[in-house]
Amino acid sequence: MAAPLAELEVTTAPPPPRARRSYTPYLLLLPGLAWLVVFFVVPMVALASQSLQTGDPESGYVQTWHFQTYLDALSQFWPQFVRSIVFAGAATFLTLLLAYPLAYFMAQKAGRWKNFLLVLVIAPFFTSFLIRTLAWQIILTDNGPVAGLARTTHFSDLLQWLQLTSNDSLMNSRFAVIAGLTYNFLPFMILPLYASLERLDHRLVEAAGDLYATPIKTFWRVTWPLSLPGVVGGTLLTFIPAAGDFINSRLLGNTQTVMIGQVIDSEFLRIQDYSTAAALSFMLMLVIVVIVAFYVRRAGTEELV
Amino acid sequence: MTESTSGDLRLTGVTKTYDSFTAVDQLDLVIPRGSFFALLGPSGCGKTTTLRMVAGLDQPTIGQIWIGDRDITNTKAYQRNVNTVFQSYALFPHLSIIDNVSFGLRRRKVENYKAKAMEALELVQLAHIAKKKPGQLSGGMQQRVALARAVVNRPDVLLLDEPLGALDLKLRRQMQIELKQIQSEVGITFVHVTHDQEEAMTMADTIAVMNAGRLEQVGDPATLYEHPTSTFVANFLGQSNLLEATVKGRYGAIAELDVHGVDLRLPVDRLKADTTKLWLGVRPEKLRLVEPGAGDPASLENNRLSGVVTDASFTGLATNYLVRMPWGQELMVVQQNDGMPRAETGAQVNLAWAPEHGFALSGDQDSHAGAQDQADDSGAT
Repeated sequence: MAAPLAELEVTTAPPPPRARRSYTPYLLLLPGLAWLVVFFVVPMVALASQSLQTGDPESGYVQTWHFQTYLDALSQFWPQFVRSIVFAGAATFLTLLLAYPLAYFMAQKAGRWKNFLLVLVIAPFFTSFLIRTLAWQIILTDNGPVAGLARTTHFSDLLQWLQLTSNDSLMNSRFAVIAGLTYNFLPFMILPLYASLERLDHRLVEAAGDLYATPIKTFWRVTWPLSLPGVVGGTLLTFIPAAGDFINSRLLGNTQTVMIGQVIDSEFLRIQDYSTAAALSFMLMLVIVVIVAFYVRRAGTEELV
Repeated sequence: MTESTSGDLRLTGVTKTYDSFTAVDQLDLVIPRGSFFALLGPSGCGKTTTLRMVAGLDQPTIGQIWIGDRDITNTKAYQRNVNTVFQSYALFPHLSIIDNVSFGLRRRKVENYKAKAMEALELVQLAHIAKKKPGQLSGGMQQRVALARAVVNRPDVLLLDEPLGALDLKLRRQMQIELKQIQSEVGITFVHVTHDQEEAMTMADTIAVMNAGRLEQVGDPATLYEHPTSTFVANFLGQSNLLEATVKGRYGAIAELDVHGVDLRLPVDRLKADTTKLWLGVRPEKLRLVEPGAGDPASLENNRLSGVVTDASFTGLATNYLVRMPWGQELMVVQQNDGMPRAETGAQVNLAWAPEHGFALSGDQDSHAGAQDQADDSGAT
């Protein structure tokens, strides 16, 4: 009878030592969480509530759960919505086109000039966004050198043909707004691209060449997929703020280039229709979240190292 | 072109200079098709630069590289039928193992690439992890994937750049044997770059010893070991006792040498015709320890030196001694643990060796060349 008892003793393991509870991680989370609750969650709730109130600033607002505000806002301002997405998408595509070669050069070839070039990329941030955008009014002015060059090279004709401008003038056009967005958000594209291209192991590029990949194939099969985290990061950092931007469309555009940010701005501050403005803000957020979620899923970055 | 030389890898007068530094200097080398060839040398000797020039990753400053009768000097890496197993493995982290292995096949639009890649994975016994990503594998597995990725293309020449450097000793030994088996199975020319002389001797048919951008000696492992032609090779490949000697006379097949007043013999064919001063070399395991007064079991023709044991260290397989000669030099002796009594530190002993175990190196060289390099490298791994 002793044998089964001995077996039993062997198989009953001692209870695992109680894991010591540590509260430190939660304590470290606390300041950030508190900040977000106060400055993100509370305003969001206030905004949501505002969008469902009726009234006016003088006589006050009442919570009426008036969902019709959303439908009215959408039916009135959907062209601005669509335009915002299209302009932001075009600007994002252009920044990617401009930033990728630059970031690649900085990360892989610039050597000791790397830091200097990085400073140059960040340099525009030393002046305000508004001032930089106003400067574009001067750059694109009708009798300026840029407009002159566009005319002599027939670039302005191309822009007209693409319906980005309506006449010889570059200012106050779709072109000007998209160019302004592209310029203003370029650093947000360059920096994440630079970070991911800097980590790119040059030996992988050599290995691809060793395995019969031409430089072009090497780019599409190795460099581009490995830089995707930077591409996704850069496009998000560009697209999201560009879609809600209201400075570029106001300072460089015309009445036909109004973007949704500009609408929200004027609904809040000029017309003072707070409910419509809040509803538009909420819908813009929703649209961006849906687009971004779809995009990130498609890019499949979770599989990347 | 005769049949036997077609497909040989030939380097003629290859030189690579960086600014004022010459990494590879006037290298002439023929690597026969289908051979397992090792480029051996200390770090910075130019062996990796040579490999990169063959791969097409670096361009020679002067000279040509040929495969068979094709001059490939000015072709790009992706145009050459040469593949490399990189020291860092350089597996593509975003591709699965099977996609890594079929990368080269797909660039060449080989049909049935998936089956061929699987075959290569089976060769390295990793078919079961085809769907994993490189980051999920151990170093040894990654190394084999890198090998499969190169072998699958059946290149004219396969280059291995210190492929076992990152593996631990046990795994390295195992991979050495596996690599050699795979090489004989696929019959591709392997050019293996290493600083590990034991690895080179274990694996290669032919070894080229490089030093400071130049070839020191090329030959099969046994020849290099038994008959080194320079002090560098004598010290870098294994260990050597080098004795300063002058030729006293030549008597038939035997030359009489004077080593610090002691008469020693060497077969005359080891000497160049007009040599007078030389380094007489003898490997530590060729020296036998004989107690003074005890009769030497071997012939009376043996060379003899006497000295005092200054250090004895037992390694299990053998005992390593240092024996100080009357002129101060300490000779290394390795005595097999074959049951003979061991000498104690401080004991007076005689050393005996057969004259044909000696080798002669020209006397104008530094007798310590290569010794330090080897110590450095083995310390680093």
